[in-house]
Amino acid sequence: MAAAKTLTGNAVSCIRGERKVLSNLDFLVSTGEALAVVGPNGAGKSTLLRLIAGLVTIASGTIKLTGGDDNLTLAEQAHLLGHRDAIKPSLTVLENVAFWFDFLGGDRGQSDPAAALASVGLGHLGHLPTAFLSAGQRRRLAIARLVALKRPIWLLDEPTTALDAAGQATIAALMTAHLRDGGLIVAATHQPLGIAARELKLGASA
Amino acid sequence: MSALAALIRRDISLSWRIGGGAAIGVLFFLTVVVLMPFAVGPDLAMLKRLGPAILWLGAMLASLLTLDRLFLADYEDGSLDLIVMSRSTLELVCLAKAVAHWLASSVPLIIAAPALGLLLNLDGSTMLAVMLTLLAGTPALTLTGLIGAALAVTLRRGGLLLPVLVLPLSIPTLIFGVISAEAATAGDGFGAPFSILCALSLVGLVIGPVAAAASLRHGLD
Repeated sequence: MAAAKTLTGNAVSCIRGERKVLSNLDFLVSTGEALAVVGPNGAGKSTLLRLIAGLVTIASGTIKLTGGDDNLTLAEQAHLLGHRDAIKPSLTVLENVAFWFDFLGGDRGQSDPAAALASVGLGHLGHLPTAFLSAGQRRRLAIARLVALKRPIWLLDEPTTALDAAGQATIAALMTAHLRDGGLIVAATHQPLGIAARELKLGASA
Repeated sequence: MSALAALIRRDISLSWRIGGGAAIGVLFFLTVVVLMPFAVGPDLAMLKRLGPAILWLGAMLASLLTLDRLFLADYEDGSLDLIVMSRSTLELVCLAKAVAHWLASSVPLIIAAPALGLLLNLDGSTMLAVMLTLLAGTPALTLTGLIGAALAVTLRRGGLLLPVLVLPLSIPTLIFGVISAEAATAGDGFGAPFSILCALSLVGLVIGPVAAAASLRHGLD
């Protein structure tokens, strides 16, 4: 079992287009915990995830991970599942997962992209061009990237969008397994995640 | 397999599949060259004299055609976020994308050039000279274009701005490319312009990836 990790946000503020989206936000997530970020549209849920991923400049405050790998930045230890799902329509389903697996430094000896596809229920579609997938199948494919390559932090933006009941159960099971392995999850969501999670309420912006 | 090799391989297969644009670049090159005799008239001597310039201009416009999507496509589908988050140095990622673009889009143009030279009444040695100068000069076009492609992400709707930004920067490459192709045909004074052409590619190699990465870092926010 890896050392306990803690992701802490301290007085985090963020300004987007001269509007203060987040102000003085504190949060804390530890190993094995899921944090559900809830709030109305425009409350800054996605912005918070992008802040943790290092894709948006932080105006003030700090976000840091303790107990992680000191040689890697926070972003390098996190998976981001956003609205834009980083899927290329002209590549096949398997090529999409395999590219991210190789690019993000996956080791073929330890893990296999094809097995990740099977775990999200797309094992039989590996050779189909992604353009033919439905919205829910695309979502499953995006999730397969998270499963293929282990990273301790999952940043999920509306993970259950477009998924059917079986798909929601699948991702709930995958999230549970990830938490049990010592991972942690921050998820922005409007729907119940299907797993036990602490809530972080973001108010409508002032 | 290393991360950058995976990226190069993916970009090359993307550009040769449906919607990729590498084949469109070659077709565009063909169209530009075929249209020229209609514009300047069927004077074989004149076409032969203008030939290297026409081929160079066509290749330059064709390589520009596929450049604007270089980073924009990755930005729009969220891939760029994951690339920035990854362990790979952004400068090397930009270089890898330039290498992939050159292999997928410029090399076919170089290969097509002699066939198109036939349409312009070029003889064997001139075609060889054009191919050689394109081989040395197209990296400079791709690498200056790389900066423009990165700016296209930073500036909203920058795609339309790309030719305006990149074409002026490509003027030196065009000048020395055509001069050295003509000098090679004449058999005199080839060394100097060709060296400058190679130097332009090397300068692009140093500046292009660094500038593109800086632009992406600044602009992703």
